[in-house]
Amino acid sequence: MHEFSIVSALINQCEELAAENKATGIARVAVKIGALSGVEPQLVKTAFDTFREDGICRGAELEMEIAPLELDCRACGAHSIPDEIAYLCPACQSRDIKVSGGEEMLLMQLELMYD
Amino acid sequence: MCKDCGCSLTSEGHAHHHDHGHDHLMTNPQLNDKKTLSVIHKILDKNDIEAAHNREHFEQHGVMAFNLMSSPGSGKTTLLEHLTNYTDQRYCVIEGDLETSRDADRLKAKGINAVQIQTGSACHLDAFMVHGALHQQPLDNMDICFVENVGNLVCPASYDVGTHKNVVLVSVPEGEDKIEKYPVMFRKADVVFITKCDLLPYFDFDPEVAKAAVLKLNPEAKVINVSVKEPESMKAVAQWFATELAAFNRTLASKTEEPA
Ligand SMILES: Nc1nc2c(ncn2[C@@H]2O[C@H](COP(=O)(O)OP(=O)(O)OP(=O)(O)O)[C@@H](O)[C@H]2O)c(=O)[nH]1
Ligand SMILES: [Mg+2]
Ligand SMILES: [Zn+2]
Ligand SMILES: [Zn+2]
Ligand SMILES: [Zn+2]
Repeated sequence: MHEFSIVSALINQCEELAAENKATGIARVAVKIGALSGVEPQLVKTAFDTFREDGICRGAELEMEIAPLELDCRACGAHSIPDEIAYLCPACQSRDIKVSGGEEMLLMQLELMYD
Repeated sequence: MCKDCGCSLTSEGHAHHHDHGHDHLMTNPQLNDKKTLSVIHKILDKNDIEAAHNREHFEQHGVMAFNLMSSPGSGKTTLLEHLTNYTDQRYCVIEGDLETSRDADRLKAKGINAVQIQTGSACHLDAFMVHGALHQQPLDNMDICFVENVGNLVCPASYDVGTHKNVVLVSVPEGEDKIEKYPVMFRKADVVFITKCDLLPYFDFDPEVAKAAVLKLNPEAKVINVSVKEPESMKAVAQWFATELAAFNRTLASKTEEPA
């Protein structure tokens, strides 16, 4: 259940950004979670609902985008979203690939409120 | 945070970790009393900064650090207990467990320097916990520092603890399907040790299938079959660490040769 630690880091970030921007509330928190980031979206949601209660995130909506695994092939240049979890190019089978998405855990956007 | 720890890291590389401002932050025009702030911010960036700090710490002492991860009971502590018979390298261990200092005690009984971190309810180590422990280790007298993570194939994979390489263990009784079931962990591995290979005759575990599963997730990973009861396999383990350490030391040497 490291989702709880991750969400508490997220809420911390939201609080800092709200303070920097002198906001009085947060209406929406948008995150991007890679399908292979190692966190379970449902647990992130539960953790967020639990932790947002006593801070500036109270009442904030969590918007979660799940990013699929995306590969760029260095051998044939193909960009692909493989349908199974395999780190090789579906077009040419090369293992010389670069991961361009699917492993990230990012805060993307905040909707800040002002009184 | 390094002001608080009292450690004397002064290099420029170290300082710049701290002014990771929100300069990449873009603000959209005002809409009444709401404002949309677009940021692209790693959720675990505080941990990542601390991890980079730990790595610098290790490097300043000329120590290479390895993060050992596996499910509970795959043989992490046993491997560290036995490794001392096969290597001349001096190593110490940072142990992470939910409860007890049993693993650290086992290693100390073998004359290995070990510090226990009790994580309480946390199912993984993070860079802050490792930082607290690394200050208790006599790093100047060491070549390698092992971080034995909490036994768990899920959570530790999300945290950079400031080590240089990841070692993931999977034991024969667990079954080779664990690799496909926990892809994030095996994706992180620089080397996978298939442990308890002396038990292969009793289980339907095919090391070749396991190896293929690892390579599918991680084309660069090495896979080594290990049993603490088979000295040849332990020599191969020691050899892998020796090779890694030699490469690490070459990189360190070339870094320090460069004019500042
Ligand atoms: N047969 C056999 N048993 C082994 C081997 N390596 C470890 N074991 C046994 O596996 C059990 C668990 O080993 P540990 O070293 O405590 O495992 P661990 O990964 O450190 O466990 P946690 O720290 O609790 O996650 C012990 O009973 C060991 O004796 C091996 O190579 N062969
Ligand atoms: Mg152990
Ligand atoms: Zn967990
Ligand atoms: Zn290709
Ligand atoms: Zn420090």
